[in-house]
Amino acid sequence: MPDTLTLLHDGGSDEITVADLARPTIPADALEDTLGWDLQPEGLCRGVACVPVDQSALVREDGLDLGVLADALQRPLVTDEKHAVAALGASHHDRGQALASLEAPDFTLPDLDGTLHSLSDQRGKKVLLVAYASW
Amino acid sequence: MPDLYGMINVPTILWIDEEGRIARPNDVAFGSNDFKEMTGIDSEAHLERLRAWVRGEGPAMTPEEVRAAQSLPTEAEQEARAEFTLAWWLSQRGHGDDAEPHYVRAGELAPHDFTIRRGTMLIRGLDPMGEDFMQIVNEWTEAGNTFYRPLEAASSS
Repeated sequence: MPDTLTLLHDGGSDEITVADLARPTIPADALEDTLGWDLQPEGLCRGVACVPVDQSALVREDGLDLGVLADALQRPLVTDEKHAVAALGASHHDRGQALASLEAPDFTLPDLDGTLHSLSDQRGKKVLLVAYASW
Repeated sequence: MPDLYGMINVPTILWIDEEGRIARPNDVAFGSNDFKEMTGIDSEAHLERLRAWVRGEGPAMTPEEVRAAQSLPTEAEQEARAEFTLAWWLSQRGHGDDAEPHYVRAGELAPHDFTIRRGTMLIRGLDPMGEDFMQIVNEWTEAGNTFYRPLEAASSS
């Protein structure tokens, strides 16, 4: 019987139907909407970038093997079968490349009144970004 | 934000210029000397540099200097963040016991990431300001590691 897996990724989550929680898959037709990649003959593609992948391992009867997909994209995948949840982390390669470009990654956070602010709102000003914690 | 910027402790500061480019990468700096006795870090040196940069009276780092000073995220750090994400989700839903192995694994993968090790203490029933925290700090420093590592200290060693 199919199960529903909660896939935590990119700061959000998606519910996907899987046949086997021990070896979860993602429906091929949900790949682009969920993760922004598309399966092409040359590999996994996003825009002009394509990543080679062993399609015989990736494509299964019930969808695309999430573990193979994560490996191909160099993204860590951690699963908890009991609670039907998995976390697909960001690739160290992508994060490193973004930081080495020196373009400050944009983010949006609420202030104490709940008003949202994005780093990009501050364009044109010098910004001191301070991360602190009250624990 | 720790994931996007590869932050592993707080305070972490960055300078970002008018074009949205990183002009000083992740560094340790305090806004006052309230914790100087504990940390050994004088806030004034950074504040002076910051004021000069903002007023256009002093330089930021060159792009080459920024890149040389950056510590880019590693595979283990990203795996630790994925473990943390999963564990946090479980904790928030009342599955603390099932979250615990993931918190432990995250700490094993990135023992230097105190945004995870210290940042998860409260939800794990540990004291992030007291003995539990001091225990992990002492273990860390007694093994020859540094808890706060400002850029200047890193470049001079």
